[in-house]
Amino acid sequence: MTTALLAIPNLQARRINVLEAVFMAILHFLAYLPVCALVLILGKIVHSGIGVITWEFLTQAPVEGMTKGGIFPCIFGTLSITLLMILIALPIGVGAAIYMVEYAKEGVWVRVIRAAVNNLAGIPSVVFGLFGMGFFILFVGHHLDEVLRTGLLFGKPCMLWAAATLAILVLPVIIVSTEEALNAVPQSHRSASMALGATKWQTIRDVVLPQAKGGILTGAILAISRGAGETAPILFTGCAYFLPRLPIVKLFGIIPMINPMDQFMELSYHIFIMATQSTNAQKTMPIQFGTTLVLISLTFFLNLGAILLRSHYRKSLGQVTLQ
Amino acid sequence: MNRPETTEKNLKTEHKSGVEMDEALVKIKTRALSVYYGATQALKQVDMDIKKQAVTALIGPSGCGKSTFLRVFNRMNDMIPDTRLEGKATIDGIDIYSPNINVVTLRRLVGMVFQKSNPFPKTIFDNVAYGPKLNGVTNRSQLEEIVERSLIQAAIWDEVKDRLHRSAMELSGGQQQRVCIARALAVSPEILLMDEPASALDPISTAKIEELIHDLKKEYTIVIVTHNMQQAARVSDYTGFFLLGELIEFDKTERIFEVPKDKRTEDYITGRFG
Repeated sequence: MTTALLAIPNLQARRINVLEAVFMAILHFLAYLPVCALVLILGKIVHSGIGVITWEFLTQAPVEGMTKGGIFPCIFGTLSITLLMILIALPIGVGAAIYMVEYAKEGVWVRVIRAAVNNLAGIPSVVFGLFGMGFFILFVGHHLDEVLRTGLLFGKPCMLWAAATLAILVLPVIIVSTEEALNAVPQSHRSASMALGATKWQTIRDVVLPQAKGGILTGAILAISRGAGETAPILFTGCAYFLPRLPIVKLFGIIPMINPMDQFMELSYHIFIMATQSTNAQKTMPIQFGTTLVLISLTFFLNLGAILLRSHYRKSLGQVTLQ
Repeated sequence: MNRPETTEKNLKTEHKSGVEMDEALVKIKTRALSVYYGATQALKQVDMDIKKQAVTALIGPSGCGKSTFLRVFNRMNDMIPDTRLEGKATIDGIDIYSPNINVVTLRRLVGMVFQKSNPFPKTIFDNVAYGPKLNGVTNRSQLEEIVERSLIQAAIWDEVKDRLHRSAMELSGGQQQRVCIARALAVSPEILLMDEPASALDPISTAKIEELIHDLKKEYTIVIVTHNMQQAARVSDYTGFFLLGELIEFDKTERIFEVPKDKRTEDYITGRFG
């Protein structure tokens, strides 16, 4: 029966084979499409941007209507706001995740919180910008000024509010990755610790968190690379069109530190204004590409850091942890 | 499980009479102890006297409540939501479910070894020193002393003394389990609860653990849950047989295995069901 069937030349089967080959080709093409897009974008940016990048470009302030000079204030601003953002977001995000995984009983409230976190991740970033301006500057800032009688210190756009707005934006990333990291710690380790007479907090501090720190750090770096490229949330909350001096204050007149109450320049916003607000967009074109290249490299290295960190902790998990 | 009322009464008087023990020798005592998980009753009115410095084995088919019973004594059942307990459980005459009992202190008195070895992904030293550190021991030489003593007691010192600062995860399953026993011993408990401590181990490691249990009973009161009849017969002085949350029979181990009073006990130990 079967051998008889095999002997008959089967036209239908041939048609199916052709059809299959066509589909395969289409799927192949679709799979490589994103790669092509990436190569094209990166290629164009690197090609047009690499020529601008010099030591001066990386270390000096823009001059002559931003058509010349460097982008150092933007790099400095991006780094400092990212640092401030993670300082705000990490404790809140990790704390929230610890509460949800370790303390809260699975129920309506945890579901509500989780839904809120997921929805937070889906909000367009410009909405965060408007929220940041409305809530942090006009509400919190103004009232702080009134209560503390500080004139107009808190009620204006500055790095603190921009960082706080970005922190809310990246909070879901931190919460979700921390939750995953905590859930990955075997329940048996918690039982063992509790059975030895550890309290819940001691168990979390000494057994759970050390094992979860790889995942938490990875989440933090992903949050950084997500936040570092954002323009919309800081648009209304603190970044400056042009501010050649660095947002630095001398603590007690001696120790220099980032001034969170100052405005700042930022890479992605700088690209935006050079492209749309500059008096001579054509002349700034090479600088735009250069700035983009710097921003992309920055995010790339942050992501690379996250990947290396994750693989490092995956490897060391369950192996040597020397003191 | 429909039995005439009279049989149940007879059974109860019988298994009580089976273990007449001197009140002074009783470490743990339960009276009419029932445990509920939500609406399901996991333990039904269990009365048992557990003797000091002896090994008491709890046997019975899966889901019979023996692990639940074990976890009553260090209140690990508290961690499971919707758990409710009725009746009385005492250690040295003190009600461990009374509101003024500190669970943390109780758990330092009642150590536990789990079915699957669960060392922390830390060094062997840090695993064993974990409990003492919780108790506030910070002195390095004191910690070293405790770690060495515990590892010797757990019969693993010779195998690990040169690699105390390597990860406990590199050890074999049997070695890991003995490190876990050392970790439990390091807080100097009086009672050691063992929940099928050898069920995941090969025969040689199992033999080592059993030998260890035999040595440990000189100092500790040991309660062990096991699926393995031979193991219960080998290591224990007393045996309790559980079925569907009920303590069917409790007696000296040799009597349980040689002259069981209840038909169901006999059926179980001879392997007719389980």
